[in-house]
Amino acid sequence: MIEIRNLSKRYGTFHALKDISLYIEKGTVFGFVGPNGAGKSTTMSILATLMLPTSGVAKVGGYDVTRHPKEVRKRIGYMPDFFGVYDQLKATEYLHFYGASYGIPRAEREQLIPQLLELVNLTDKADTYVDSLSRGMKQRLCLARCLVHDPEVLILDEPASGLDPRARIEMREILKELKQMGKTIIISSHILPELAEMVDEIGVIEHGEMVAQGKVSDIQNRLRVTKVIHIRTLERGEELAEKLRDEPLVTSVLTDNTGVHVHYSGDDVQQSELLRKVISWEIPIVSFQEAQSNLEDVFLEITKGGPRE
Amino acid sequence: MNWSRRLINPVIDKEFRLRMRSTRSMLSVLFYILALGTIAMGFIYLFLYLGNRGPQRFDPQVSQMMFYVLSFAQLVLIAFMAPALTAGVISSEREKQTLSMLLTTQQSSSTIVLSKLVSALSFMALIVLATLPVYSIVFLYGGISPKQLISVFLFYLFVMLLLGALGVMFSTLFKRTIVAIIVTYGVGLIIFLVTGLLYLFFMGIEQRNMYVTGQPPVAGTHSWVGYLLGLNPAGAMMSLFDSSFSKEAFLLYGGNLNSKAPIELWLEFVIVYSVVIVLALWIAIRNIRPVARRRKGEEPAEQLPQDHSTSENGV
Ligand SMILES: Nc1ncnc2c1ncn2[C@@H]1O[C@H](COP(=O)(O)OP(=O)(O)OP(=O)(O)O)[C@@H](O)[C@H]1O
Ligand SMILES: [Mg+2]
Repeated sequence: MIEIRNLSKRYGTFHALKDISLYIEKGTVFGFVGPNGAGKSTTMSILATLMLPTSGVAKVGGYDVTRHPKEVRKRIGYMPDFFGVYDQLKATEYLHFYGASYGIPRAEREQLIPQLLELVNLTDKADTYVDSLSRGMKQRLCLARCLVHDPEVLILDEPASGLDPRARIEMREILKELKQMGKTIIISSHILPELAEMVDEIGVIEHGEMVAQGKVSDIQNRLRVTKVIHIRTLERGEELAEKLRDEPLVTSVLTDNTGVHVHYSGDDVQQSELLRKVISWEIPIVSFQEAQSNLEDVFLEITKGGPRE
Repeated sequence: MNWSRRLINPVIDKEFRLRMRSTRSMLSVLFYILALGTIAMGFIYLFLYLGNRGPQRFDPQVSQMMFYVLSFAQLVLIAFMAPALTAGVISSEREKQTLSMLLTTQQSSSTIVLSKLVSALSFMALIVLATLPVYSIVFLYGGISPKQLISVFLFYLFVMLLLGALGVMFSTLFKRTIVAIIVTYGVGLIIFLVTGLLYLFFMGIEQRNMYVTGQPPVAGTHSWVGYLLGLNPAGAMMSLFDSSFSKEAFLLYGGNLNSKAPIELWLEFVIVYSVVIVLALWIAIRNIRPVARRRKGEEPAEQLPQDHSTSENGV
């Protein structure tokens, strides 16, 4: 459905994207992860026909984004990372406007719009002016907007950014529903756990390069066996790291100024044994904590063996 | 039903809605009419009560003069209004971050640009038409034909189209609305003021040359300097009022009064600036979306410039 071959983008002399290749099957939910400035939004703008690549090919549904932008636009629903609303329009009028802009006849829109509002839980806000909606509501409205022309592909640039945890969960529920409807979705985020639950495949991008790409289940399996334990000591951190490297269930140890990061593949019982052991070494420990598996860990985890696939 | 759907595309519909709902629009109508009304009242007051021969009758000649004054005042008001209303149409969507979503819809670049221009023009036309009651004072006393009034209003429409096209073009060229507005005012200043000043300047030089060389003007000749005045809206409008004005514009003192003007000033104005309008709109339409250069070969271009290309693939 989405095909990217050797895509590069330069802003002046700055290489924002370097030879990215990507293939996404129909019906797949693809998570695009990477730190700030990695090039996620750039890739998505190119897919959304808003920007021309410097070189390379990007295709949506078989149509080249630079040669047949109009065909591509028909097939995509794009949600930018930052977006505004027309403040003098009501929610329904807002959707009517975009619906009409996609050439959907009025009668059809009259039926469609209540369904869309229902989908994003905004039915009771139908007659509210969009600028008086909360940020989360605006984001959901924008998602509804992406769906007016029933596109096969959704390009969502950080749809959950700036949302509170509850709104994030709501957004996730909506996306699950869309996935069930068979949409191909490409969604970006710099928080992996947020994506892990709903995406099928994941691509990690950093400094404009695809560092890793694969099925999320593979990555999750790896994550499940190794957790990261963060140990903070008053002193003798290096010594602790040395000793830990000899432990059987420890896969790797990293130290930095925040402390020692231990990649550990034992279960909870074994972990408590490890803690007892560490204390017995009489190194002054301030904290011993299982870190939230975050993007950084995944990076370390995935990039350890070089890019996969 | 079909014609209205064709005429009122979604972009125009939205623009109308947004404009008519903002209080700012209503206030601009109010202040515009107040300004013109004040000028009319001031004129009447000056003539009727402060004339050096005491209170005067308001005869057709005076009312014709008042018509001229009102018309020029309105021209100046339009020069101030048009850039402010059009130079933001694209850049403000960019600033409000709604442009990218508009650009991913099926609306073509030309539809977006032209609809926004048409909607701004309609609003300005509404304002100008709303000043008709002020003109009714003139009609009360006669001295002006409806034909003159209609030609002046059509001329206004053209000037608004000109400034609007320039405004929309700068709106696509500059990221920030404020810059686009300032540049449009700058170009407006050139069109309104600099052309007039250049005319006076070169006319002076020509005139002097004539006296210095002592060469008597040949019958039927005219000075090229007259063309400069044809680029000036005020000059062009004056030629609409007074058909002999074009002739005088091309004439040096002492020239042959029977020689005809090579072209009516207003006609020159319309022809020259029609080209400018078309060019400005073309640039605006081409600039709103990135456009790929159409290539003969199969492989995509090594380097596709973002803004500067020749074909209109994206339209
Ligand atoms: N218009 C631009 N001109 C110049 N450089 C740009 C432009 N847009 C983006 N960049 C640069 O390109 C790089 C990639 O930006 P991009 O917005 O794609 O990152 P991102 O992955 O979306 O980051 P974030 O997580 O912060 O949204 C950044 O280093 C950015 O500075
Ligand atoms: Mg981004």
